[in-house]
Amino acid sequence: MNFLARHRIILPVVSLAVLLAATFYMQPRAMSYFGLNLLFNLAVPIALATIAQMMIIMVNDIDLSLGAFVSLAACVTATFLNDTPMLGLLILLALILSYAALGAIIHALELPAIVVTLGMSFVWGGLALFILPSPGGESPGWLRTLMTVKPPFAPMAVVAAVIISIVTHLLIIRSGLGTVLRGVGGNARSVARAGWSVIWLKALAYGLAGLFGVLAGMALVGLATSADANIALRYTLLSIAGVILGGGEFTGGKVSPTGAVIGALTLTLAASFLSFMRLSPDWQIGAQGAILILVLTARLIFSRKGVET
Amino acid sequence: MLDHESALIVTLVDAAKHFGPVRALDGVSLSVAGGDCIGLVGHNGAGKSTLVNLINGGLAPSSGNIKFSEGATALVAGVRSVFQELSLCPNLTVAENLKISHSALKGPGWRRTARAEIRASLDTLFPGHNIDADAEVDTLSIAERQMVEIAIGFAPRGSRARLVILDEPTSSLDQGIADQLLTHIKRFCASGGAVIFISHMLGEIFEVSNRIIVLKDGKVVAERGSGEFTRQGLVDAMGHVAPETIEESGPKGDYGPEVFSTSQGLSARQGEIVGLSGLAGHGQAEALARLYLSRSSAWQSSKSPEVVFVAGDRPRDGVLPLWSILRNISISVLQQTAKRGFVNRLAETAVAADWKTRIGIRTDDVKNPILSLSGGNQQKVLFARALASSAPLVIMDDPMRGVDVGTKQDVYAMIRAEAVKGRTFLWYSTETEEVCQCDRVFVFRNHEISAELTGADITEEKILGASFEMQEAS
Repeated sequence: MNFLARHRIILPVVSLAVLLAATFYMQPRAMSYFGLNLLFNLAVPIALATIAQMMIIMVNDIDLSLGAFVSLAACVTATFLNDTPMLGLLILLALILSYAALGAIIHALELPAIVVTLGMSFVWGGLALFILPSPGGESPGWLRTLMTVKPPFAPMAVVAAVIISIVTHLLIIRSGLGTVLRGVGGNARSVARAGWSVIWLKALAYGLAGLFGVLAGMALVGLATSADANIALRYTLLSIAGVILGGGEFTGGKVSPTGAVIGALTLTLAASFLSFMRLSPDWQIGAQGAILILVLTARLIFSRKGVET
Repeated sequence: MLDHESALIVTLVDAAKHFGPVRALDGVSLSVAGGDCIGLVGHNGAGKSTLVNLINGGLAPSSGNIKFSEGATALVAGVRSVFQELSLCPNLTVAENLKISHSALKGPGWRRTARAEIRASLDTLFPGHNIDADAEVDTLSIAERQMVEIAIGFAPRGSRARLVILDEPTSSLDQGIADQLLTHIKRFCASGGAVIFISHMLGEIFEVSNRIIVLKDGKVVAERGSGEFTRQGLVDAMGHVAPETIEESGPKGDYGPEVFSTSQGLSARQGEIVGLSGLAGHGQAEALARLYLSRSSAWQSSKSPEVVFVAGDRPRDGVLPLWSILRNISISVLQQTAKRGFVNRLAETAVAADWKTRIGIRTDDVKNPILSLSGGNQQKVLFARALASSAPLVIMDDPMRGVDVGTKQDVYAMIRAEAVKGRTFLWYSTETEEVCQCDRVFVFRNHEISAELTGADITEEKILGASFEMQEAS
């Protein structure tokens, strides 16, 4: 095992640093409190959604409904949570619980998560359209204040990213329960043999994903001040890319919360970087994909070298 | 039977388990008390794993009952199992794996406690083991993983291990480590613990157990104190008549031209069975993998492959778990029988049926999923896959893990027959008995060949001598 293979976090950090340096080189004015906030503002909901996706990938599943789910949470936040806070809170809670139930059902009936979540994405999307047929709604005042707060030294986006990564690191990597959850991804049979109820653990992982999905929707509304049933559709793929960029793997319970947050930041930054390059928007999505492939190739090469030596 | 005044741990009364029409276990009565060290033997598919799963609560019996003296479940009663197929979470560290099976470990600082407990357990079982409690399991070798698993089985984990079931624990360990384990088992039983020990190595069974149970076709056919069995008697009871000594066969010293030779010094001639030996993890598997990869294309499979591979680590690089037995066998010949790029189903079925009888795979229908077979029978499928192809060079990476004595004899004979027909075998094994079947043996130490032995020189002493640093064997 070489150094890079053992410390999987290094490659995401280096990718982010390189991209950040390139951005600062192109646009030195971004190197300020205000500039950083602008660059990373939208990273907060993406980071939360990436953490949500990570919870699912951690137990060897994949969630294709996350974008629609975050959109729905955003719609609920901009309408019910703003108008009738208690009812809004109850709806959001019910959404989290339904995610947990989904996890239990997927495990109990041995359904492929990819199919179930793809189906559920239409359910979430339909509900969101039902609540908010046309873009609108309003962010609750306290949420708006929270998302635009100006902490000293570092902009809100950076502080939030650090907080998210510390909290989820403690939850998933350090805590005993988090360890067992990762164990489900590594070898569910041995976890079951040790006397754990895998169905509860899966429900817990999905419930946590629901929680972070709801938080992502709320953060998004706080930034955008209003919602739309399609506001977060691209989050599904962004979140998967974020987990993988951050050093996670699709199977085997190998995930890194800190890496996932860094992956989300990298993806957000890649979009800004391409705008600074004055690349035509037509090319931007393709270029974003190219950056993704580049980073993943680098990772593959390093991990393969790690096996050989 | 033995001292029944000591505390009973578990009692089985007429327990049976059926999987559909298959009677995996057909009414077994058994009681285990503290101090018992039970050797459990039987050929592949005799029901050993099913019996183990009934005792540890992994399966519920179809009929009959199982009683624990303390608590209702195996976990509460202090029954632990160490499985044949490695069952750790590879993405977690050694200490975190202990936590998985130790649910009482909670709160801040659990990590330190877990680390200390697994370290203590490893130190008692395998002094001088060199395993880091913070290493992720997938960075460890197979032998080290097995050691960790055994150590977790014997660790106190909040209560105390009262009965530890070890299913083929030594199959991936080298001799020195296996001896450490056997010593610990004796110590554990002497202090009032109980062990059920499953092994295909009869020497180990005789060494540790005070009672031997022979299973055959789901029934107990013999249960006696180990002093009352002889080695031959035990083999007979299992239903296979194994020859006492290996018959001298094969045209020794009468080989074709050299098939290959590597820069490392490894070489083989046509029709030769070349063994690789030495302590586990000293570069034998890597040497085989390098040779295999250098002789096969990474891009396309060939109509006439130069080399085939028999894997020892079944789940990792052997079995295709979602496929049937038939497809698992025929994958190596698809290319040879294909017509215009399409699979020739008739040929495929014929090959599978042929090998089912030739190698004796225990199944009613080769269309059953491969995972319905016991470990040893899965290994037979892998043999069939390799031998069915036309490749002149067969590379075997410790292929006899978890294979019973009778099957081993069959496979030895088959390998010998194929070698006479002109195939070359390269055979890495952790068991000296298998290496002694070879015509020529390379002993590895620290990733280098430390000795090359031929003919009468192939003895356990010479191999061991060359495996260890102290004495130079030449």
